Amino acid sequence: MKKNVSILCLILLFVSCNSSDDSVSPSEVSATFKFTHNWNGTLIRNFDFGPIQYVNANGESIGFERLRYVISDITFTKANGEEIELDVYNLVDLTNEINLEYTPNNQIPTGNYTNVSFTFGLDNEDNAENYTDLNSASFNVPEMMGGGYHYMQFDGKFINSNNEEQGFNYHAIRAVDNLGANPTFPQDTFFTVNLGAIAITNDVEIEVKMNIAEWFSTPNLWDLNIYNQTLMPNSTAQIMMYENGQNVFSLGDVIQ
Amino acid sequence: MKNGLILIAFIIICSGCSSDDSGYQPASLSLDIPEIFSNNIIPPVIPTDNPQTAEGVALGKKLFFDGILSSDGSKSCASCHSPQNAFSDNTPTSIGVAGVAGFRNSMPLFNLAWNYNERFTWTGRELSLERQIEGPVTNPIELQNNWEDVVERLQNDPEYPELFELAFNTSTISKDLITKAIAQFERTLISANSKFDQYSLGQASLTQQELNGLDIFLREDKGDCFHCHGNPNNPLWTDNDFHNNGLDATLTDLGLGAFTGDPNDNGKFKTPSLRNLAYTAPYMHDGRFATLDEVIDHYSEGLQNSPTIDPLMKKVAQGGVQLSPQEKADLKAFLLTLSDPSFLNNPDFQN
Repeated sequence: MKKNVSILCLILLFVSCNSSDDSVSPSEVSATFKFTHNWNGTLIRNFDFGPIQYVNANGESIGFERLRYVISDITFTKANGEEIELDVYNLVDLTNEINLEYTPNNQIPTGNYTNVSFTFGLDNEDNAENYTDLNSASFNVPEMMGGGYHYMQFDGKFINSNNEEQGFNYHAIRAVDNLGANPTFPQDTFFTVNLGAIAITNDVEIEVKMNIAEWFSTPNLWDLNIYNQTLMPNSTAQIMMYENGQNVFSLGDVIQ
Repeated sequence: MKNGLILIAFIIICSGCSSDDSGYQPASLSLDIPEIFSNNIIPPVIPTDNPQTAEGVALGKKLFFDGILSSDGSKSCASCHSPQNAFSDNTPTSIGVAGVAGFRNSMPLFNLAWNYNERFTWTGRELSLERQIEGPVTNPIELQNNWEDVVERLQNDPEYPELFELAFNTSTISKDLITKAIAQFERTLISANSKFDQYSLGQASLTQQELNGLDIFLREDKGDCFHCHGNPNNPLWTDNDFHNNGLDATLTDLGLGAFTGDPNDNGKFKTPSLRNLAYTAPYMHDGRFATLDEVIDHYSEGLQNSPTIDPLMKKVAQGGVQLSPQEKADLKAFLLTLSDPSFLNNPDFQN
């Protein structure tokens, strides 16, 4: 019995030493993406929704009611071109502050990555899949408009040229023409968001910042008096969203 | 050491006896999830502290139809939630035991386990199905009772203590167990066998007019109904969310706002499912529209602007989406394909 106790103590000692040894770096870690939102640097939370209190680049006063969007296919790229692509997606819902932090199940090897990126929306292959959680969230795009899912649903109100409050539905989807049984697609409107280089040494939290104001500014100065509602079947508007979306996201704090 | 092992073995045996000797357990009863749901949406929400059992559902059904919950025995849950009206009422608001009308339309009851955010009633003020059941029992314009009396009556009833014993392994009746039993029954009220469900499963076809109506329902430049009321991939036909759908220019009934205290929520009410519309007239939270035609007219020409009207409401300045008479008729034809007569006549749901 005494011998057994000694062996047990020895094992515990080893286990204890191993777990408290900070000098050993993990080879694989978890990566958490934290999505934050701002209006030209002013942090936006869901309790900021409602009042018309912001001014867009075109000079229109604007307020938000609903904002949710899908990101997918998170990719870690090494200097040698090797890519670790995670076939995942996440519905970021600022309205209800759900999924603002997202940790893919996959562990990421530590190392220096020359780029970390994700897809805004869903690429065409992923967009053709059936996602029960996105269906449950009523995030679908009807078949006659190409099917699949919204990339983003952004609803709010603005003061129009008649000085009246009016709703807008800035809904990003796959650009579509010829609505009906055989719609056509003028160009892809999902896009890659490149966050840049990140050296990952431990479990890491990567802040992804969305500047909401950018959806209205460059390269297309967005005039809400022209483009406000019924934009899903408007391929011109969809392509403008795609172009403006290129400048919306940026890398924030990286904590590890 | 040897004595210690014997003691441990004794404890293990005793604990084993303790659980084994409890003997009877109510029979687990999984919800029968329809194919159209399992194909398209995430699983239902069943609280871990109130699993479905055959005995719990049977007890809940008996309670649902029993006037014993009301102060004078004259009303039951089913009085305002009739199976023949898809568990709703056919009057704008319902009459309670005191003969006084309430001020909200009785919500139909089906597919409640798929209410993912678990916010119940028109205003979302009840955060679980079990909690929702508490209110009507004591509400003075509904069943006008108090829980002490309800529990005492049930406890002194010749049948109920045994039924609670079977459902919950105790004959000591409580408000908690009463609401749990009724919630179990209500979660079995599943409707998923409409003509449109059969169409989605390739088992039925729609007429050209019904297909035209579906097109209007889904087109953002026509009805644009789908943003709030789901689509063929979301067969709940509701987003389970809250919206101000432009009923009033002046908001007197604050709806969700009265519950949250947030003025941005004033005038918002829960999106009702479009399933079984044929049986759930009148419509809206106050039952103001007697017919489906009036509802369609509202979204087409009748929108009233207000500070919290949902931005998903289109062409508010023009009164709505401006459907033609033919488009309205087509839309109505489609909406009626969401009717599920087998739900009304399901023998499991009758008294």
